[in-house]
Amino acid sequence: MSSFWVDALWSAVKVLGAVGFGMGLAGILSWVERKQSALLQDRIGANRADILGYRLLGLFHMLADPIKLLVKEDFVPPQGQRFWHDLAPGLSLACATLCLAALPFGDSFELFGRSWSLRPLPMGAGVVFVLASLSVGVHGIAMAGWSSASAYSLLGGLRGAAQMISYEVAMLSILAAPLFLYGTLDLAEAVRWQARTLWGFLPAWGLLLQPLAFLLFLTAGAAETKRAPFDLPEGEAEIVGYFVEYSGMKFAMFMTTDFVESVVLAGLTTALFLGGWHLPGLGLLGLPQPLFALAGVGVFAAKVVAVLWLLMQIRWTLPRFRYDQLLALGWKGLLPLSLLNFAATAWVVWGWTR
Amino acid sequence: MSGRITVKTVERPRMGLLEQVYVFEALRGLWVTSRHFFLNLWRHTLKAAGLKAEPGAVTIQYPEDPAVVARRARTRHRLLKREDGSPRCVACLLCETICPAKCIRIVAEESPDVMVEKRAKSFEIDLGECVFCGYCVEACPEDAIRMDSGQVEMSAHSREDMVWTMAELMGDQPKLRPIRPSKDPLAG
Repeated sequence: MSSFWVDALWSAVKVLGAVGFGMGLAGILSWVERKQSALLQDRIGANRADILGYRLLGLFHMLADPIKLLVKEDFVPPQGQRFWHDLAPGLSLACATLCLAALPFGDSFELFGRSWSLRPLPMGAGVVFVLASLSVGVHGIAMAGWSSASAYSLLGGLRGAAQMISYEVAMLSILAAPLFLYGTLDLAEAVRWQARTLWGFLPAWGLLLQPLAFLLFLTAGAAETKRAPFDLPEGEAEIVGYFVEYSGMKFAMFMTTDFVESVVLAGLTTALFLGGWHLPGLGLLGLPQPLFALAGVGVFAAKVVAVLWLLMQIRWTLPRFRYDQLLALGWKGLLPLSLLNFAATAWVVWGWTR
Repeated sequence: MSGRITVKTVERPRMGLLEQVYVFEALRGLWVTSRHFFLNLWRHTLKAAGLKAEPGAVTIQYPEDPAVVARRARTRHRLLKREDGSPRCVACLLCETICPAKCIRIVAEESPDVMVEKRAKSFEIDLGECVFCGYCVEACPEDAIRMDSGQVEMSAHSREDMVWTMAELMGDQPKLRPIRPSKDPLAG
């Protein structure tokens, strides 16, 4: 086989793996959401769906929900615009899924005399790509709000768009500091930078070097993925959100978008603040290089799952912010703090490297 | 002092700096929820392993586990008997009279016991109409009716089956619930 076809095949494998990772985790998250909230509220959680009497901790709800949503009526308001109404959830989900392509799942390794990258889309501007893709996702929200021909949807869409754009600004300036420290926009390079140790024993993870940026990024990320305590655009039961006129699978696509965005955010956090695929002591096992890279994928996935657990725990712990509090936190809290953090980082890095 | 309104000014509780930063308050909240999460997880794991442990949830899985009814809860009525086995009811119709739902129907007859005078020939309660207010129990001068059977599962497939007869209320005869195909197309 020629090198081109090997490349194409390997790319397909990586893309399928990344989408499977994101979608699989998103599906599991719908179960985790129920069970984790149940556990921390002394409840049991959804456990009624069964196959042949086996309930398996309620895992079959993951199957039962899509089946139910698939066979529900796909309702478009009579005054609504069907084309845009159909397009909105697809656009949202596509943008979220696209972000998965830039995640650095593992280091590249040498095998059969060539180098194999473990990133679906190896590129130098991974961070920018993810942020850009997340931004385009805002269009889906605005589109859903507008095409539903409902004042509630429209207001929800406007709220969502305003929130996401505000927090994108904050997110960019938050990420400026760690990226300046790593000296790269490439997510894999950022992970490699974190492989070094501080004073010989501490891993130089972004969490330790940029704790403030880590906190701010988690906050902005929760707002960006529209999860509680910042779930005002949706406000499932209390405030009517932008997808009030959505039903069936299109509604499920919006929900899946949230979960995939959570996975993307957890992946970004892992890559930029938690050392990506690195685990101190993993190198001592003396694994051959391909196996070592694959073990790195496992480490990366485990860290992503840990961050998702934390996000879920936060989501079920904190009460929802008021809208003015939300915007005040974004513009008056996160943005100035992140700019200060960036200035301090720049100063320290300049002093260090001079 | 008439006409003067005294106003008591209540200071809004002011948040300290640590509370305003919110990160530490959030961490405190996370500590509480995480403690519950891991403790319950541990208890569920112990249970799954077949070991003795405190329950990890307060949920009562009702159809499988029996419903827990408070001791004083007003449940399905029952009619009491005297020591000789005859019904305590003297057919005074006080319960029928006070019943706001008009769900009690008593037919009285002469009692062979001269000390009792009257007794119920038939005593029916339509539980489909009963509002479980407990007035019948309050009204009864003979302590003949109580609502302490502890039974809360009284559903039936037809309105007629919701009517309990005297023998059924006294426990002489089990309530038969014929399972019949429903005319309602939506009911399973």
